[in-house]
Amino acid sequence: MVQYNFKKITVVPNGKDFVDIILSRTQRQTPTVVHKGYAISRLRQFYMRKVKYTQQNFHDKLSTIIDEFPRLDDIHPFYGDLLHVLYNKDHYKLALGQINTARNLIGKIAKDYVKLLKYGDSLYRCKCLKVAALGRMCTVLKRVGPSLAYLEQVRQHMARLPSIDPNTRTILICGYPNVGKSSFINKITRADVDVQPYAFTTKSLFVGHTDYKYLRYQVIDTPGILDRPFEDRNIIEMCSITALAHLRAAILFFLDISGSCGYSIAQQAALFHSIKSLFMNKPLIIVCNKTDLQPLEGISEEDRKLVMEMKSEALKTVIGQGGEATSDDSVLLTMSTLTEEGVISVKNAACERLLDQRVEVKMKSKKINDCLNRFHVAIPKPRDQKERPPCIPQAVLEAKAKEAAEKEKRKTEKDLENENGGAGVYSMNLRKHYILANDEWKEDILPEILDGHNVYDFIDPDILRRVEELEREEGIRQAEEENDEFEIDGAELTPEQQAALAEIRKKKSLLIQQHRIKKSNAESRPTVPRKFDKDKQYTSERMGRQLSKLGLDPSLAIQRMRSRSVSRRGRKRDRSPEGADGGDRMDVDGDTPGKKQRLSRSRSRSRSVSRPPHEVVPGEGLKDSAQKIKAIKLAKKSVKKRNKEARRGEADRVIPTLKPKHLYSGKRSTGKTDRR
Amino acid sequence: MRLEKCWFCSSTVYPGHGIQFVRNDAKIFRFCRSKCHKNFKMKRNPRKVKWTKAYRRVHGKDMTQDSTFEFERKRNRPERYDRNLAENVLKAIPKIDKIRVTREERHHKNRMKGKKEKLQKEAAKELEQGISLVKAPSALQKDPFLTLPQKIKVSVSQRQSEDNAMEE
Repeated sequence: MVQYNFKKITVVPNGKDFVDIILSRTQRQTPTVVHKGYAISRLRQFYMRKVKYTQQNFHDKLSTIIDEFPRLDDIHPFYGDLLHVLYNKDHYKLALGQINTARNLIGKIAKDYVKLLKYGDSLYRCKCLKVAALGRMCTVLKRVGPSLAYLEQVRQHMARLPSIDPNTRTILICGYPNVGKSSFINKITRADVDVQPYAFTTKSLFVGHTDYKYLRYQVIDTPGILDRPFEDRNIIEMCSITALAHLRAAILFFLDISGSCGYSIAQQAALFHSIKSLFMNKPLIIVCNKTDLQPLEGISEEDRKLVMEMKSEALKTVIGQGGEATSDDSVLLTMSTLTEEGVISVKNAACERLLDQRVEVKMKSKKINDCLNRFHVAIPKPRDQKERPPCIPQAVLEAKAKEAAEKEKRKTEKDLENENGGAGVYSMNLRKHYILANDEWKEDILPEILDGHNVYDFIDPDILRRVEELEREEGIRQAEEENDEFEIDGAELTPEQQAALAEIRKKKSLLIQQHRIKKSNAESRPTVPRKFDKDKQYTSERMGRQLSKLGLDPSLAIQRMRSRSVSRRGRKRDRSPEGADGGDRMDVDGDTPGKKQRLSRSRSRSRSVSRPPHEVVPGEGLKDSAQKIKAIKLAKKSVKKRNKEARRGEADRVIPTLKPKHLYSGKRSTGKTDRR
Repeated sequence: MRLEKCWFCSSTVYPGHGIQFVRNDAKIFRFCRSKCHKNFKMKRNPRKVKWTKAYRRVHGKDMTQDSTFEFERKRNRPERYDRNLAENVLKAIPKIDKIRVTREERHHKNRMKGKKEKLQKEAAKELEQGISLVKAPSALQKDPFLTLPQKIKVSVSQRQSEDNAMEE
């Protein structure tokens, strides 16, 4: 079923805009740069491309226009006629034809100019040809301009036409202006048609949809029709006439009983008779509206006669359809849209009539036979007159009854809860319904944790047996263990040995401690030669103690040490050894002071005496004073010359490098390098 | 309510203690205290960290395979309650515990066997080697009985006294 949707037609631009669009597109989408130095074939190709491109675009756009506008001969005659009524078929066709010719003309132009361009010999000539081609194409289009404008207007109007499906169930409402057609459609559908007291409020067809017996019906509201000869009718009336003529619908002819529309019943009857030819083969219902102002019974005799005439006409259509002669009610109905009485019955009657008619038509057509072949309702033939009601066994019935009773009698947990104080107070005993071997066990509490173990991990039906096994095993193992309990005791140490061992270990740990201390402050400890001996570690008493601890006799060693010590010499406290006692001095083994020294030392005690240069100090490394004197002489000789010549000596300040590189080169990280 | 095992140190996690970490692959790691948790975050392998049960088991310090461990197994299918069974279970648990403890002690004893002998040998060797620290070899020759030497007094020399006298 084709949807008559005229909304999808593309916009038709007017002549000038059309030209603008095409030309600007050509400019954008084709290459733009060309120089006269290019090869001639390239130049020709460049311009040919432009011409062809423009022609192609024109062709495409015009084709879309031509294709999208509906062809009046191809669509449903209702729409064909409607469009003719609205837009004049001839004008429409002419416009489309002009567009078509324009398209062909443009094609021809392009072909000609491309042929000419093939022989263009310079850039200028090619360019001129292209300009001419494009110009002619645009002129063609400009001439077609009015058609384009007309088509655009048609398109806009068509888009606003109501989408009426000509093939579906339709109810058509017709009658004089102002009789109440639009109010009726407002009542039964969701359409919102203008209702005003002046005539010709409705100027075009309006569609609404309503439902009846699960089917959707189109309800079409038409503009009012006046009683005029056919030729005199205006476009608006022609719309309704077209609808009446072409749509296979149920017709509701509205009659204003009260005459408040401004036309008498006679006039309306006259109209009816003039258009009754249009009601051929269509279910017709005559609806008397505005009964609140004037009930049907209260009209005059003549009017009643007219109405009866109309009714008989309508009846004819009913009978003509081949159905039984239905009652009068379904042909002539009264209603009032203001008070809404009778509105629904009118709708129902119309829908019913339409449905019947459509079904009959379908039954008569050939197509239905295909469908009918597929249906078959099987009904078993009754053998005899015996009654056979459904059979339900007695037990089932009883059970059902009992269940029903039980449902009311059983006490639910909710009831229990409410009895005992409500939701916050009573909490249900979840253990009530436990299924256990012994019901006494329901309230038992089993601990979950025992001695740092989960009890649930130990649960095992044959745990007793296993524990017994385990204990037996353990007993066996213990017995085995007792058998080989004895350990061979090795040689134990005697108490002396133990004491010695303890001493050894103590000494070792002491050594380690000392070493650790030494190591830890090695960096900060000054390395002082042993002779200064700050802590008095290297005294003879100490040595003696250590040696005696080891079991050696230290006396000899101490003596030897003492005789050699410097303090024994007593440099400062030098006094004449002969002084007081004479020769009563013990001769120590070792160096006896020489004569000179003795003499020199024999000066007065109170003054300190500096050592003469030839005196050999022990520890210097010289054998005797002669050697020392020689050494002194050698040293002096080596320096004499230099000193006399006033040269720079060893003790004079020396700058090893006058221009160290790090001070005279390189960039600074911060600051300037102007001063070096 | 369940007592869980710490993933790192294998000690029991009581309710209200510790942290549970759920990884993106839905594996759950339970920790008994922040020490284990922090060690885990540092990606330390419990098998290499000395104080954990995992280390002790791997290095044979503690008993690994034993039938007492079979008794405690996580069961996923609940058993229907039976009072007698419950009673038996509750009585059995301390017994199993006791046996497990004795077995562990035995294991430890076996491990420590031969330690005494080793210690004695070491002591003898140390004594032999280190005696020179305490007793001089010459003294040892004289008295080979390892008795510690007594302290010997040093006689003060005359020279010293004379010097002192002269100083005055």
